[in-house]
Amino acid sequence: MKILRFLFFFCSFGATLMFQASLSLERNFFFFLFLTVEHGFPNQPSALAYDPQLQLMAIGTKSGAIKVYGAPGVEFTGLHKDTAAVTQIHFLSGQGRILSLLDDNSLHLWEIGGKEGHSYLEEVRSFSLPGRPGIESTSATRVTVLLLKLNLDLLCVGTEGGGVHFLQLPTFSLLDRSLFHDEVMQSAPEEYKCGKSLGPVEALQEHPQQAEKILIGYSRGLVVLWDLNTRHVDNLFLGKQQLESLVWERSGNTFVSSHSDGGYLVWTVNSSTPCTHQPTTSTIPYGPFPCKAVNKILWRTTETGAPLVLLSGGMPRASYGDRHCLTILQDSTHVTLDFTSRVIDFFTVHCIDQEKEYDDPTSLVVLLEEELVVIDLATPGWPTIPSPYLAPLHSSAITCSYHISNVPSKLWERIITAGQSQSDWPICGGRSVAPESKQKELLLTGHEDGTVRFWDASGVSLQPLYKLSTANIFQTDCDHNDSLTQAGEEEWPPFRKVGCFDPYSDDPRLGIQKICLCKYSGKLVVAGTAGQVIVMYLSDEKSDHMIDVATVDLLQDREGFTWKGHDRLPPKTGSVVFAPGFQPVVLVQCIPPAAVTAVTLHAEWNLIAFGTSHGFGLFDYHRRAPVLARCTLHPNDSLAMEGPLSRVKSLKKSLRQSFRRIRKSRVSGKKRAVISNPTSKVSSPQSLFSPVQEANAQLAEQDAEMAPVQRRIEARSADDSLSGVVRCLCFADTFLRDGTHHGPTMWAGTNSGSVYAYALEVPSQEKFSEQSVEAVLGKEIQLMHRAPVVSIAVLDGRGNPLPEPYEVSRDLAKAPDMQGSHSVLIASEEQFKVFMLPKVSAKTKFKLTAHEGCRVRKVALVTFTSVSSEEYCENGLVCLTNLGDIHVFSVPALRPQVRYDCIRKEDISGIASCVFTKTGQGFYLISPSEYERFSLSARVITEPLCQVDVDRLHDLTVLRYSKLSHCLHLQFEHNEVFSCVIKICSSKYLQARMKLGRGGWR
Amino acid sequence: MNRNPREPSAVEFGAEFRRFSLDRSKPGKFDEFYGLLQHVHRIPNVDLLVGYADVHGDLLPINNDGNYHKAITTAAPLLRLFLQRKEEADYSAFGTESLTRKKTPAALAAVLLRPDGNRKKPPIIISLPQDFRPVSSIIDVDILPETHRRVRLYKHGQEKPLGFYIRDGSSVRVTPQGLEKVPGIFISRLVPGGLAESTGLLAVNDEVLEVNGIEVAGKSLDQVTDMMIANSHNLIITVKPANQRNNIVRRGGRDASGSSGRSSDSGTSFYMASNAIAMTPSHIIQNFRPEEEEDSEDEEDLVIEGGGAAIPIGHVAASAGVTCSMPSLPRYEPHLNLRTSNGGMAASASMDTVSHKDQDMEVQAVARRSLEEDGTVITL
Repeated sequence: MKILRFLFFFCSFGATLMFQASLSLERNFFFFLFLTVEHGFPNQPSALAYDPQLQLMAIGTKSGAIKVYGAPGVEFTGLHKDTAAVTQIHFLSGQGRILSLLDDNSLHLWEIGGKEGHSYLEEVRSFSLPGRPGIESTSATRVTVLLLKLNLDLLCVGTEGGGVHFLQLPTFSLLDRSLFHDEVMQSAPEEYKCGKSLGPVEALQEHPQQAEKILIGYSRGLVVLWDLNTRHVDNLFLGKQQLESLVWERSGNTFVSSHSDGGYLVWTVNSSTPCTHQPTTSTIPYGPFPCKAVNKILWRTTETGAPLVLLSGGMPRASYGDRHCLTILQDSTHVTLDFTSRVIDFFTVHCIDQEKEYDDPTSLVVLLEEELVVIDLATPGWPTIPSPYLAPLHSSAITCSYHISNVPSKLWERIITAGQSQSDWPICGGRSVAPESKQKELLLTGHEDGTVRFWDASGVSLQPLYKLSTANIFQTDCDHNDSLTQAGEEEWPPFRKVGCFDPYSDDPRLGIQKICLCKYSGKLVVAGTAGQVIVMYLSDEKSDHMIDVATVDLLQDREGFTWKGHDRLPPKTGSVVFAPGFQPVVLVQCIPPAAVTAVTLHAEWNLIAFGTSHGFGLFDYHRRAPVLARCTLHPNDSLAMEGPLSRVKSLKKSLRQSFRRIRKSRVSGKKRAVISNPTSKVSSPQSLFSPVQEANAQLAEQDAEMAPVQRRIEARSADDSLSGVVRCLCFADTFLRDGTHHGPTMWAGTNSGSVYAYALEVPSQEKFSEQSVEAVLGKEIQLMHRAPVVSIAVLDGRGNPLPEPYEVSRDLAKAPDMQGSHSVLIASEEQFKVFMLPKVSAKTKFKLTAHEGCRVRKVALVTFTSVSSEEYCENGLVCLTNLGDIHVFSVPALRPQVRYDCIRKEDISGIASCVFTKTGQGFYLISPSEYERFSLSARVITEPLCQVDVDRLHDLTVLRYSKLSHCLHLQFEHNEVFSCVIKICSSKYLQARMKLGRGGWR
Repeated sequence: MNRNPREPSAVEFGAEFRRFSLDRSKPGKFDEFYGLLQHVHRIPNVDLLVGYADVHGDLLPINNDGNYHKAITTAAPLLRLFLQRKEEADYSAFGTESLTRKKTPAALAAVLLRPDGNRKKPPIIISLPQDFRPVSSIIDVDILPETHRRVRLYKHGQEKPLGFYIRDGSSVRVTPQGLEKVPGIFISRLVPGGLAESTGLLAVNDEVLEVNGIEVAGKSLDQVTDMMIANSHNLIITVKPANQRNNIVRRGGRDASGSSGRSSDSGTSFYMASNAIAMTPSHIIQNFRPEEEEDSEDEEDLVIEGGGAAIPIGHVAASAGVTCSMPSLPRYEPHLNLRTSNGGMAASASMDTVSHKDQDMEVQAVARRSLEEDGTVITL
């Protein structure tokens, strides 16, 4: 169906050009749904690889995706057909090929191909290792380890059964010379045999100097240097400890093995002694008490001094067994990198020139479960390098997001200056050929820990720009952090906290709920969970000042209510030092301190409006004076006063109940067991009754479980709980009181379908200090269907949305039409309605829920620009519903234009996180750490377009079975007519991406 | 709500008006009230037919304790009563039609006070229903298959909850491929005393086929729930009743195709689960007026011109600036008190006064019900 729709669009597009068709035909080509790129950190990564020649990094995930990253903007995504976890990835260095091993024991070969100047990733070949004849257990041929020979013609496969198999590359033909235990054991001394199996192959390493020799490590501890050509054991190293990993020293004279007891051994390879019993050195870095296994060890030689030893794990079991650590050792320098999530894998970026004598690593790249950390090994102190992509969006849980299109360059530069500077990123393969984005776009994310992060959303890589913390405005318990880290330096092991993933919030009240930024004046409003509304401005200077605090009582003397929720956050007294960046102007605290549910800002009028579940307020931040407070509570609404805490209580209660239910069923299960035993039946006469009783109880229980889900059908009423929640606020210069005089107005919509419109008296700029702002209730609208009001927007005489503050006064937008009559678009959860102003008479409407059975979750007014002409654009109302589909309506006629399935309806957090841009793009979270970016506009598409120059014989072109579904990256020529075929392919791409989205979210 | 224990009522008899007050908290029995009326009007031995105007302007009868109490509760705070001599009574005046479209009391009075000569013979009285507003109807009988029933529930202005639940289920359909099990939506429960139950037109296990003309096939339980709630003020659901014995069978040629067993128990009797009311199929569609559907279809949101309801902080808001503001409850109080003090006086009033009272009452009702939807735009 999707394909058909796309086809239709392409056809109509062709027709447009051919016949110079009318605008109505062209409309079909305004809209388009295209998932373009994922931003953030892949959910549940499971494998890591690096190609030192092409300088590309690949990450595999549990959902079966492979993501390749190079220089910022260079990104490829591949998705395996089966949703199986990627357990290993290996680059065929320099060839632009990737070998992946999945959880289902299949090998896949991927190729970075080129087409029309752009590169893409596609699967060319796959292979499943056949079972060994005669052995039933499939686990014997389960692949444990892979070794790609440096000359890239042979793949060595170690298995759980202890066999090593050899595959010809790139054809994946199995060579008939597998190596099994018995062949190795022949050369082992008698006393080592002792009847025990060698166990699975744990490590395979190629000799750095002699290509025909490989080092094979078995789980039991035996390490064998095997000559591939002569099929002969060169050396035996009789390790006694369970082996975890092996690594060669660059010279090939020594190698290092790491073990499950937390130690590592250095072995010398001596061709004269075929059997080595003892290692040269043996170290347990965190001994002498029992330690955890060292999962992986790297040994890198440096020109300047002692070799660098990098090992993951090995922590003392009892005291620090739960830490996720990576140790860097060099001489006496010892650093224990302490991460907040599990280490998946790591590699070093070092010199690969065969001529050079030393490794000289420049950086260490560590893939953790929740983030990517890069350590600069060339700089003393081993500092971290901030990453230009793969940012852990979820370092603290995202609580809200806000997008600003077309950011003025002045503000952009100031934000960049306020933020951290980027240093050299070590992974810089490939080059981005995507056109430089015309507009700067900002994405602001609010987090649970009270921070607001600013991201560069103009391009493919979502780059962190600036982090604003609001926690320093308040007195919280988390201020002693600094002293803790200082004390930490004295202790052993020498822990160093690295990475920014920190899911634990110090105080949930700090959480950011709503953000609003004026891009022209640099004013920012940030509102949080404890009713705090902070007005900030961008300052380039450090500042040291007191915090202005104002409280606004939203209850307005309504009696009979007591707030049972959290207290408001105590602001810091005395002056506080603020770094350059956004600094607070005034802090407004709502009473009761319920979470802020809506906020808006009009920087030209110096006003902010904010709402909670109790009411809304209007505040003049210039005079630091409240203008208005209005309680929206319904007298019967008791839940509004409960606050979030009591809901936790009810959760506890329901948990308790469900536990009881489990216990009950367990008890009845025991009973059944007793009855089945005939002796107990005889011994206790009472149990004779129990079968009937039990059967009845069981039946009742079953009935309770079988009771179908039912839904109550009832009209919404004013008594519904939380009916007073303020859902949206907006400022507009329009006609509220009569049709001849327009002026500032403020609109508020609530959960119960009420809309309050206030006429504001805002003094002119000169008189701002003398006169105060006044607000007079102009209209009160009660929507008959009482559904929550999701959004309010005022349209001018031509039906266009009103421009933002300052846009007209600074000549950045066309002045709105003040001649024709204005109208207000009110979007509720159930329907859209346009009312004429000032009479508020209904003009057009669309009853979405009555027609489709879906409810409105997010709406936005979007400008769609025609693909063929930049001059022509139309306004659309974009709406995301609770079923995850996106509808586009014309404005102000409210005629349905198109509908797309976008997010799965079960993905509630995805739907809740969706944010639209003004140009028809959007973002939603596909996992806690990743945004999916999509585009509804055929004109504005942000997607990776990049090129990687690969050096390989084109031997595979014949072998390649080019299935379109594997073609996971396709480029778009937006203004080309003849790219139809490619676009049809892209619908498959879309499906594949949808699949990725499904798999990626657990 | 019960701020005024004394309940002023205007009573009308012939062209005579009386105004007196009652204690709302202790309305007493209908018989006492009837006695009081006779006393107030000094007509102790005249048989009366007592009627009142409810919030919608409908003229409804008072003839037992139940509807008497109902009448008292709807008084807000004024209750208009209409008394007629029983022998002159015009029963057709009662009901929705009476006042909805001709809301002015003048018209009402015209109906009631028609000269005797013009009056037709009163129709045969079967009973006096307690509440004459339609609560439900079966519609589109002529176009639907006999096995289906399209029920319209008038939530409009009702305090009664819709009162039913729906669930997922499966039903067997006849398809070209044979019998096929398809998922469907069913009524799972009726709330006692709810609108759905009281109509008797819906029953547990009835399959829901359409909601306000939109098929529910392929839609999830949540979607159908949302659709029903979105249409709750004027809900039209097409069901396939679980009990197929009470289907309406059309007369005429097509009847032959229906099973003969069914047609035997159809005809004039129509079974209703809770209150068996005999009515003919032609009656069933009688209540349904297309123009009324248009009205409620074009639902009106309530718009109130600005008043001083919100209290601005720090300074007193300039007066609303709207010439005719919708008075908020506190503001209305002095006005109300004035009326109460006048309440004791028995005064004959001109039609104009009555009309004014009527309007006040309507406004008051709206204010009291805290801006509940009423289908009326109030722009005074």
